[in-house]
Amino acid sequence: MARVPILRIGDCLVVTVHADLDDGSAVTLRDDLAGRVAAISARGVLIDVSALDVVDSFVARMLGDVARTVSILDAETVISGLSPAVAMTLVEMGVTIPHTRTALDAQNGLRLLGIVMAPVRESVRCD
Amino acid sequence: MRDLLQRPGSVLDEWLEAQRRAGVARPDLIDESQQREESAQLLSLLGGALADTLPVFPDDPAWDELRTYLDRLAESRAVDGFSPTETARLMLTLKDVVFKALRDKVPQVPADAWADFDELTRLLDTLALYSSEVLQRSREAIIERQQQDMLELSTPVVQLWDGIVGVPLIGTLDSRRARLVMETLLDNLSETKSSVAIIDISGIPTVDALTAQYLTRTAAAVRLMGAECIVSGIRPQIARTIVDLGVTLDGLPTRATLAGALALAFERTGCTVEPSA
Repeated sequence: MARVPILRIGDCLVVTVHADLDDGSAVTLRDDLAGRVAAISARGVLIDVSALDVVDSFVARMLGDVARTVSILDAETVISGLSPAVAMTLVEMGVTIPHTRTALDAQNGLRLLGIVMAPVRESVRCD
Repeated sequence: MRDLLQRPGSVLDEWLEAQRRAGVARPDLIDESQQREESAQLLSLLGGALADTLPVFPDDPAWDELRTYLDRLAESRAVDGFSPTETARLMLTLKDVVFKALRDKVPQVPADAWADFDELTRLLDTLALYSSEVLQRSREAIIERQQQDMLELSTPVVQLWDGIVGVPLIGTLDSRRARLVMETLLDNLSETKSSVAIIDISGIPTVDALTAQYLTRTAAAVRLMGAECIVSGIRPQIARTIVDLGVTLDGLPTRATLAGALALAFERTGCTVEPSA
């Protein structure tokens, strides 16, 4: 069973979920994340799911569980990179992922967690 | 020959047999008893309309009853899933019956001449039916393409500002269109990395519970992607309808005008607009 690597950036943790996330590794991921968040007193967790073509109700619930666990440990969860197709499926199934904020991509997600990277392009001025 | 068709009972079985041979009978679409009943009705109407002088079809009032019956029959065939050729062949198979009677009446015509005649008639019928079928198919293809074009034209996603896209909706929002709007909008969001989507409903005549549901679903999907949705262009009577119907647009920021929505979007993206002077 593949273990999902957990990266540390500052006081946040970053996880990229791969296409072949099975039920077993999802459970392991939840447990590993809880351990790491507690160990470093992390402020936030970013889960990037842009590699997922399909999110079934189990994975959606697991993401919700992770977020709940993380929030009990006083950290917040941001999910980034949900694809249009996945977003539509989740809405049609009526699945919500509570306790999370969402971001278009990992960069925006990190910004939501308060980690500011060097700007990729000039910020827009409206003058 | 006419008296043959004026005694419908005598040729019904023969006709049904001819239909079976020509593959007109489709037991998978309508059952045998219905086929028989319809054929009997057609024969009796046809026999009733035939007079000494052959009335011109379809203008002559003598045909009214048969025409109405044929209209209804053809309509129900379309619903049942018959092809135009199969529907047309129903009447054409009656020729087999007539020709057979004719052959019995004129025994001096050699058999091979009859066979030749029979084959050629069949071939010409098939050619005519084939061309009409192709015509119909290409016409349907044109209609379908136009529908698709209209659907696509009716759901544009426009870039209003860096990070802000707009969807002006005009006309009624049915489920097919709502899905297309959602698809186009989400694809556009992920492509342009825009963080605010403004859905302008000024052009939607009325908002009912279903429309509101489509809007909240779209907004939910947009939120999942990590962007935000604003609904603008809510006219006073639409606001009243929404309240009267008890419809909720929960968690969806609304603005009366597109300008108001744009101002909110600027606020969310951290832009300010100032007069140049």
